[in-house]
Amino acid sequence: MAKHKTPLLDQLESGPWPSFVSDIKQEIEHRYANPKGVDFQVPAECPDDLLGLLELSYVDGETHWKHGGIVGVFGYGGGVIGRYCDQPQKFPGVAHFHTVRVAQPSGMFYTTKFLRDLCDLWELRGSGLTNMHGATGDIVLIGTSTPQLEEIFYELTHKMGNDLGGSGSNLRTPACCLGESRCEYACYDSQELCYQLTQQYQDELHRPAFPYKFKFKFDGCSLGCVAAIARSDMSFIGTWRDEIRVDQKIVAAYVGGEFAPNAGAHSGRDWGKFDIQKEVVDLCPSGCMRYEGGKLEINNKECVRCMHCICVMPRALKIGNDRGLSILIGAKAPILDGPQMGSLTIPFIKAEAPYDNLKEFVESVWDWWMEEGKNRERIGETLKRLGFARLLEVTGTTADPRHVQEPRHNPYIFWKEEDVKGGWQREISDYRSKHQR
Amino acid sequence: MAFISSGYNPEKPMQDRITDIGPQHFSKFLPPVIAKNKGAWDYHEIVEPGMLMHVGLSGDKVFTIRCGGARLMSITNIRELCDIADKYCGGHLRFTTRNNIEFMVTTLEDAKALKADLTSRKHTGGSFKFPVGGTGAGVTNIVHTQGWVHCHTPATDASGTVKATMDVVFEEFTNMRLPAPVRISMACCLNMCGAVHCSDIAILGIHRKPPIIDHENLDNVCEVPLAVAACPTGAIRPTKIEYQGKQINTVAVKNERCMFCGNCYTMCPAMPLSDRDGDGIALMVGGKISNRITKPTFSKVIVPFIPNEPPRWPTMTKVIKKILDTYAGDAHKYERLGDWANRIGWERFFEKCELEFSHHLIDDFRDPAYYTWRQTTQFKF
Repeated sequence: MAKHKTPLLDQLESGPWPSFVSDIKQEIEHRYANPKGVDFQVPAECPDDLLGLLELSYVDGETHWKHGGIVGVFGYGGGVIGRYCDQPQKFPGVAHFHTVRVAQPSGMFYTTKFLRDLCDLWELRGSGLTNMHGATGDIVLIGTSTPQLEEIFYELTHKMGNDLGGSGSNLRTPACCLGESRCEYACYDSQELCYQLTQQYQDELHRPAFPYKFKFKFDGCSLGCVAAIARSDMSFIGTWRDEIRVDQKIVAAYVGGEFAPNAGAHSGRDWGKFDIQKEVVDLCPSGCMRYEGGKLEINNKECVRCMHCICVMPRALKIGNDRGLSILIGAKAPILDGPQMGSLTIPFIKAEAPYDNLKEFVESVWDWWMEEGKNRERIGETLKRLGFARLLEVTGTTADPRHVQEPRHNPYIFWKEEDVKGGWQREISDYRSKHQR
Repeated sequence: MAFISSGYNPEKPMQDRITDIGPQHFSKFLPPVIAKNKGAWDYHEIVEPGMLMHVGLSGDKVFTIRCGGARLMSITNIRELCDIADKYCGGHLRFTTRNNIEFMVTTLEDAKALKADLTSRKHTGGSFKFPVGGTGAGVTNIVHTQGWVHCHTPATDASGTVKATMDVVFEEFTNMRLPAPVRISMACCLNMCGAVHCSDIAILGIHRKPPIIDHENLDNVCEVPLAVAACPTGAIRPTKIEYQGKQINTVAVKNERCMFCGNCYTMCPAMPLSDRDGDGIALMVGGKISNRITKPTFSKVIVPFIPNEPPRWPTMTKVIKKILDTYAGDAHKYERLGDWANRIGWERFFEKCELEFSHHLIDDFRDPAYYTWRQTTQFKF
């Protein structure tokens, strides 16, 4: 039986959506019953006290977690976040309640063997509560004590062959969409690239040496299922540079009503008969399509690869064959200087193993940011402070109209001395020989 | 409780130490049909809400059942997921970026049986354990942060606001009748570890009181220069005050300059912000990530403050429902929420959603603010 009364939280048990309160309660019961006789290494009442503490926050309207605390495993500067509650006498089970971030596999496919092993580990050495997954992508294990950290790390690495994720001013655990494993839109193997860069940069991930956090995210296409363009310092977004492949017979089948448009995504409402002109051609953002005489024509040179037409007729239209990715830099949430979207830096680059071209680019960007970035400055902010042209310079990228939405609104160009004939050193006497005072 | 050693020897931490191995390679976890058809999928179709069918160039089919879940999940819950995956899916499952769980099978028959099984499982309190849905033109699971459950800076709870919201919009999770997908996201403070700033609807915890300064402890627990440098508006300065007869180093805050971001508290634990009356929710709408038809866009603040009303935040969920219903009734097919608001005009958006406009909603933070003001005589009466 739970030891704390939770009348407010109990109200979150009704309603159709899965109740986290009910779930924590089943964990409370499970731990007290302890059917397998586990010799819990952190208090059995962890989930019970967590719910009690949360109820107190619901009463007070304020959090009861203290600020931080530096804990970790030997040789790593991240992966564990210290957490202590501010009412340890009332809630001893969560007095020390650290977070462990566990690196997730690319695309978040699992075997039940892996998950069961993780559950056994977390039952023995932790609270039995997790996040599947944290916002960055890690498996998040919520709640353990300091003496358990090395033990958890040892078991993770020795028994499960898995490492911790990142935290602090380092490379955060990279994340990707499920990519080629189950999506026909994937323009490169986002899982493999995510894995390869994660392995390549283990040192940067575990040992903070950056001005601030740095996130890689890998989206297989411009639809952006992992939101790379909005929340990663470096976004890798798949694209192609040849033609959308069209099967006219299947286009006709869509027009004829044989297949549901948009892969059936709108089937819950009667939107009327599919109208290819209105639903595809007229919505094309670059106006590069027309449908005439039962034939869909795409002027691929003018296509901006928004993928709308492909999404509406996925059986008929396919991504191009000359595939690669675009790299955008500097996305972040509003803290501190306002939100930023990634800015297009490399319009197109091939993404094929061993990815040396991509690693070279990554390292040129990091070299610059580690040199110029201020403490706790995301690269997007460095970019705003020092200018986009500087990024192009340090990465050896040639300026291109694709880099801008539109050219600059002001003529305040930072010309360099070598840009100007004769340089900047002039004699006032030469000037005066032509211009009296 | 006797200490059980994993094998780690604290006397010799480097002995047999394994480090820098990263995650396991994903190929170890792929279901056979996925591994076989990787990189060779032909097309997909949403058979019914929550059920996807992907067809390979090989002719192979995989049916995916997607179900929602609370991101905060117990191992008892994970073990139940494993039992289901063992029964139907040969011991494989996956999670999505938006905290959904996906089970994959190779026949429609199995998919239907699996869906029926998942929707039959309920918690003792009555909620579904694994509601099936979250596909196509509907609302999918809310991505969110820790909130009062496990964070030191939140201005609200995350799990509770999400549960309350999903209960209210549940019909849109299990149906596909909206004009386009609607992505709802939740972050419990301005730090936005959940990065909600490009969502169709964003629920955001905000503070409204400047930090309280714990003068007695500040100099012992904080680096004063770091606390000063942390403030984006320069509202914090170092100072000395007399405290219990002693001169101590501390900071002073110019309250009228505070933008309540909490960055000072992140750097200095002696400057807490949270307050039951000061804290609450701001709502933002109209952002998106996808490049489909229109460009990725930031969400816009449309309600500056709603008080915290645990456990169910009724004012907040009422506003969200009203916005969602208005959008559903008014937008064109394929039009995202922000694209709809842009087309009808934001003045019309406020009118139709019956929202009050106030000066709080006009940007005044640095250069980008100017670009959000109206520099045209085109507007609607």
